[in-house]
Formats: sequence, structure tokens, C-alpha cells
Amino acid sequence: MSTHDKNTELERSDVPAAFEDPGLPEHRYRMGDTDPAANKRSERQVVVLFAISVLGAVGALVAYFALPLGSDPMSVRWATLGLGLGLALSLLGIGTGAVHWAKTLMSDHEVTEKRKPISSDQATRDAAVQALVDGARDSAIARRGVLKGAVLSALAIFPLTIAVPLIGSVGGDWNISKFRHTVWRKGRRLAIDPSGRPIKASDVTVGSVFHVIPDGMRDEEHWMEEKAKAVVLLVRLDERDLKGDQSPSGETWSYDGIVAYSKICTHVGCPVALYEQQTHHLLCPCHQSTFDIADGAKVVFGPANRPLPQLPITVDAEGYLVAQDDFAEPIGPSFWERLK
Amino acid sequence: MTTTQPETAVGAAADYLDQRTGIAGAVKEFARKVFPDHWSFLLGEIALYSFVVLLISGGFLTMFFVPSMGFTTYPEDSLPVTMQGVEMSEAFASTLHMSFEVRGGLLMRQIHHWAALLFMASIVTHMMRVFFTGAFRKPRELNWLVGFTLMILGLLAGFSGYSLPDDVLSGNGLRIADGVAKSIPVIGAFASYMLFGGEFPGEHIIPRLFTVHILLVPALILAFVGIHLLMVVLHKHTQYPGGGRSSKNVVGFPLFPVYVAKAGGFFFIVFGVLALMGATLSINNVWNYGPYDPSPVSAGAQPDWYMLFLEGGLRLMPGWEWVIGGFTIPINILVPGVVIPGLLFTFLALYPFIEARVTQDKSEHHVLDRPRNVPVRTALGVAFLTAFVILVLAGSNDLIATHFEMSINTITWIFRVAFFVAPVFAFMVTKRLCLALQRKDRELVLHGHEAARLVRFESGEVIEVHKPLSDQERWLRVNYQAHAPLVIEPGEDARGVRRRGYAADKRWQALSRFFYEDRIEPVTPAEIANTHGAHTAVEQSDDAPQIGH
Repeated sequence: MSTHDKNTELERSDVPAAFEDPGLPEHRYRMGDTDPAANKRSERQVVVLFAISVLGAVGALVAYFALPLGSDPMSVRWATLGLGLGLALSLLGIGTGAVHWAKTLMSDHEVTEKRKPISSDQATRDAAVQALVDGARDSAIARRGVLKGAVLSALAIFPLTIAVPLIGSVGGDWNISKFRHTVWRKGRRLAIDPSGRPIKASDVTVGSVFHVIPDGMRDEEHWMEEKAKAVVLLVRLDERDLKGDQSPSGETWSYDGIVAYSKICTHVGCPVALYEQQTHHLLCPCHQSTFDIADGAKVVFGPANRPLPQLPITVDAEGYLVAQDDFAEPIGPSFWERLK
Repeated sequence: MTTTQPETAVGAAADYLDQRTGIAGAVKEFARKVFPDHWSFLLGEIALYSFVVLLISGGFLTMFFVPSMGFTTYPEDSLPVTMQGVEMSEAFASTLHMSFEVRGGLLMRQIHHWAALLFMASIVTHMMRVFFTGAFRKPRELNWLVGFTLMILGLLAGFSGYSLPDDVLSGNGLRIADGVAKSIPVIGAFASYMLFGGEFPGEHIIPRLFTVHILLVPALILAFVGIHLLMVVLHKHTQYPGGGRSSKNVVGFPLFPVYVAKAGGFFFIVFGVLALMGATLSINNVWNYGPYDPSPVSAGAQPDWYMLFLEGGLRLMPGWEWVIGGFTIPINILVPGVVIPGLLFTFLALYPFIEARVTQDKSEHHVLDRPRNVPVRTALGVAFLTAFVILVLAGSNDLIATHFEMSINTITWIFRVAFFVAPVFAFMVTKRLCLALQRKDRELVLHGHEAARLVRFESGEVIEVHKPLSDQERWLRVNYQAHAPLVIEPGEDARGVRRRGYAADKRWQALSRFFYEDRIEPVTPAEIANTHGAHTAVEQSDDAPQIGH
């Protein structure tokens, strides 16, 4: 708008280069500004709204005493509802009352205020620079390089006295090799999660799914962390459907169509828990990675990259399912030194 | 110094205070400070007020919450029945206790959770308002960054609070966070140990998140809110364009009494609506999920809405993983977990500076843009939102699959493609719409409103009568600047010496062309005069209908 085009094609000299600001629109009066009755009515409405607020607050207090929490879950609902509605009413009464007051009774004439430039004027800037120059001179730091170095070194180094002990302990023992092992060992029985009852191979019918933990899980020192790594999903397939598992040639990691795979998703570690019997697909409900249980838990869809690690299993003398060994690779999501 | 003796009690109190603080100066300065009025300015207020509600309800909850992962058995005589005798952490037990045994506890929990959702929603919509109206322009670029920081802090506050009850759902959320931490190259495994104080889940994460949630993050939010508001006062609020409003003034109502009543009242309305929601809409019933256990997970689980875009990214990404020199780099987590949010947030944070650079605009702006008048900015904003919305929807792809009985694989593939295609499409459509709206504005200014009246001349010619725009209507449509692309100095001077920085200038110019190549200039009085000239014969007086084509 600021450009003044001098070479205008127009010959008419009365046409301005730019439009002019027409100024504020004409003020519109409210009904209450001209009609005393309307004004009075608004005032009454505001009073009523504040009165509703008081009633709401009183109602909340009444609800507090009249609706105790009992042994019935419904009592919790009623108490929450009573207290909450009273609170809401008391708040909304104040809020709508104040806004209605402002909109109907307070002056609605728009006020124009000038803006000042944000930046300081040149004199102030000069004075500010001078103040810093004077201060630096008074401190005598400019001429003393050693002093400057000493101050900076001291300030830079002292935080280490806090940071080092913190970093030393914040990650526990920092022993990240724990990611590589679980509590599964040769001969350790597979037990049902959460009851802990060991599973006999004969209990597992074709098509059934078991959520499995190691037998005696709760006796582990850090059983929660161990459980987070050791949980396994056990499925029995019709042997004709079993296309393959992860066992190297010459070994068998499954038993009679029963396969056990880590339940921890190789994507970001959610428990993979949705098994579809028809397709033998195992779906992670968090990000929908889909694994084919009949084919070595290979990824068939979704963001996971690797198959779920297989737990090698067999049966012991009493017919219980047992592990042959720990998983052959770290379970769960990938990390930098996973293959090292 | 002589002052008048106070006569009333209030006067005496004011005198007492002023003698010790000199507060009269501040009252004189701020009491009648003018703020402009518009509904969209309330979005930021909602954010502020829901934060206050979070502090009030959160303070209540801390009285009863036990931030411990120590094991306990839920008492046999406490509600809910399903949890009696169940082993759980103290954190989960105290969450149940405050919901079922503390009067008003469930109400406060629900208000707190709803307020958190509203807090993030109002921050995001407030940012949208600031973006689309160009309120981030000089001198407000730094305040945009402060607001951006508040948005990030809000995300942190939300995530840390969501995890505190230690239920199955939030525990699995933490497990995902653990997986994302582990994916970071080189330090991933250590980052996971640092978060959890050892292996996941450990017994440190809840107490740590508690400190983050009730001390560190709120303190930072409070500090940044202070800076944010201080800057608003310093800059004086922006105003929408209109007659009598310019970059040199601010038109509105005085703080006292109008905004004390309106803004103060609005706080109570926001709190009241949240109380109503807390009273009637149950949220996060953790007893239905049960205490955290690494084994179970529920289907159809969703994070709170502001986390959905991250979740959606994780779901959409194909399962790529690189192994370089024996070291594993999980692209399938790094890209959606780090790269995409990094790019989205960097774009947001830097946008004001990029636009200022390609506009070469050094003046202060206090009058907001109508979004149509800056087509490329508006289109970029819509494209950004489109990408965000697709990620959010992808975060709910399982619910879409079950509700619409579609294949989850198909939905995922649709979103994978849409993430790249839809923002481009949205950009083009929005830009075209803006330009079309600007042309419509020009048309209106030049020819006026159609008066729905036809006139036939003796010669047989039929024309439609147009009514000219009022001064106010016209001013709204002509009072803007259509920026042109940058003009840069030539690459070589008169003696053929190459100028340093020419290549960079050239790149900025290309970007500037992308922004301002297509533009619609506002109508000038000369253009109107020309249009009228053709019809002077019919024009009678100012209030006679003006004839257009």
C-alpha cells in the first residue's frame, strides 16, 4: 500500500494512489444502552447467574455429605456426579455471570491506544553499550588473559562434581549385556502365565495357545525385569501346517507341532498377543506387526524387521515341556550392539 | 514529597502497599491497557486456564498418590471388587485408592485428565491461529519460539503424567518408549538404562516420572508461560484488520474492568466445563486395564490424542533395519520416532525465520493477515496439518479397521501413500482456494455486490445492477500487501568479479519465488476509477446503484 506509483496510466488527478483508512466503524449501541428496562434486566440476569453459582457450591457441599462412598461401586459414581455437577455449576455461574456483566453492563466503547516502537532509541542503546564497556573496564578482565582462563575453567569444571556421580548411578549398574540373556535354561519347565502351573505336552491340544513364563519365575531376584524378557507364546499346530521353525539343520526346536516364540515384539517391545488360529498369524496390537507362527515367526506385515526369536523346547522325563536352552539371540527391539 | 492522606480503609491499604512497593506506577500503566477482542484470541486463554486447572486438580492428586513401584496387595475390603487381593505397585494401588476411597478423588482425576487433553488441544489450535494469521511476524518471532517450547513441554507433561498410574496401558506405552530409546544409534542401550535405572521396567521409572511430572516440567511451563505473557504485554496484542486498526495502534477494551471480567469469567467457564466433563465423562478407568504386567496387552489400545501422531508414524513405517559393520540401525523406529517428528518440529520452529527471509520484510506487524492474502503460507500450514492428521489417523488404524470392517493392511498402505501425496494435494488445493478468494475480493471491490436487479435499456441492452461496497467492506479487502519475490544483486559486478554469497542468494530467491510468484495485488483507487469511467453515464450520485458488468 505504501508504493506511490507516479507513472499512473490515469490522467485524472483526483484519484489517490491508495485507499484511505475509513476509521473505526460506527459504534452500535446495545439495547441496554438506550433502554433502561433492558439494562435493568441484564443486571438481574447477572445477579441470577451469581446466585446459581452459590447454589451450585452449596449443592456440592451437600453432595459431599449426603453421598458417602460405600461398598457399592454406584456410590462412587453418584458421589462423583453430585460433587462434580455442583462444582461445575458454581464455576459456570461465576464465569457466565462475569462475562454477561462485561458484555451488557460495562462500557463497550472501543478505545484506541498508540503503540510505541519496540526497540529502544539510539541514546538508550548507546548508554547501554557504554554501561557494559565501563563495567568490563572496571572488572579489568580484558587485560588479564590468565584470570579469564581461570574463571572459565573453574565454571566449566565444577558441574562435573555433580554430573559424574549422577551419570555413574542413574543407569544402575550400566551392565547392558543383560539384554542378551533371559532366565531360560536347559531343562527349565514352561509354566502358565500367571498361575505358574507347569505345562505337560499332552495338555496342549492342536490349535491351542498358552501364555508362558518360566517355572519358578517369582523366585527370581528381579522377577519383573526377567518376566519382561522371558514371556513366551506357545502354540500347537497341526504338524502338516508347520512349514518350518528357526532351528538349525540337525536340531529340532519344536516338539510334536508345539512351538514357542518370544512374546516381546522385535519392533518396539510390546507383548505380541493376538493369535489368529486360521492363518497362524500372530499380531502385535500396538503397531500391527504380523508374524507367521507356522513359518518361523517370519514378519508378514508391519513395521517389525525380524522374526520373533524362538525358544527351543522339548519334554522332560515326566512329560513336561522344558526349554532346551536360552534364546539364541537377544529378544525384543533392536539396539546398536545387538549383533556384537 | 507530599501525598494526600488516605481517608478510606482501601485507600489506607493502597497507601501502605505503595509506600513499600511503588505499585501505583504499575497500576497506572496496566489497569487501562487496551486489548483487542476476537474469539480466536481465546484459544491461548483456554491453554492458560486449563494449565491452572491442571495445577489445582494435580495438587489435589499429589496428596493421595504414592509414586512407588514397591509391591503391595490390594486390600480385600476396598473397591473395585475385581482388584481385591491383586498384586500391584503402590502407584497403581494409590490410583485406585484415590478413585474409590477418596471423596472427590475420581472427580479430580477425571478433571485432571480432561484438562490435559484440552491443554494440548488449545495449544495446538492457538498455534494454528498464530500461524495462519501471521501473528509470528516481527516483533513476535521469539515469542513463537517460547510458545513452541511450551508445546513440547506440554507433550512431556502429558506423557509423564499418563504413565504414572502404572497400569497395563501406560506400562506398554513406557515399553514403547524403551524400544524407541534403544533404537538410538551408539548410545541406545545406555539411554534405556538411564531412563529406567537399569533394565526395563525396574523400580525407578515411576518415581522419576513423578518428579518430572510434578516438579521439573510444570516449573518450566510456569516460567515459559511467564515469559510468553510478558512478551504479549510488551508487544501489545495483535489485532485483526479493519477500519481504524493499523500497526501503529491497538483498538479494543481496557483491561480493567472489561478484560478482568471477561478473561476472569472465561477462566471460570473453562474450569466449569472441565468440571462438567470430569463429573459426567469417565476417562482412563485404569481398573479395567489392571496393574502393569509385562505379559498382557489389550487390543485397540490408543495413547492420548497428542501422542497419536508418533504412534501413527511407528505403525506406518515399513520394517527396515540396517546393519552396518555389525552394528544395528533400526530405521523402522528411528525414522518415525526421531526423524519425522524432528522434521515436523523443526519446520514449525523455524517457519517465522524462513518466511521473514524470503519476504525481506523488516517492519513490525501488529495487524493480522487474512489467511487468503498469504496463499503459500496458508497452504503450507494446511499441508502440515494434513500430514499430522494422517499420522493421527494411522495411530488409530486398528480402530478404523474394526469399526469400518476393513483390512488393516489396506488401511496401512493407504496411509503410507497418503502421507506423501495428501499434503502436496492439500497444498495445491489450498493455494488455489486462497488465490480464488483473493480474486473474488478484487471482483467485489471493483464491481460491488450483485443487487439482484436487472435493468433493460431502450437499446435492449440488459445489465445487472451492482451496489458498491461500504468503506469498511472495501478497506478490509484492499488493505494488504502482496509480497513479490526477492530481487537480488547480480552475480558479477561491473568489472566481472564474482560476488560472494551469490549462490546462497540465488537459493533464497528460488524459495522466495515459490512463496510469491503467484500473487493477487489489491485493487487500487485508480483501477476503480477506470472501471467507473466506462459507466459514468449511468452513475448518478454516491448512493445510486453502481453499474458493473
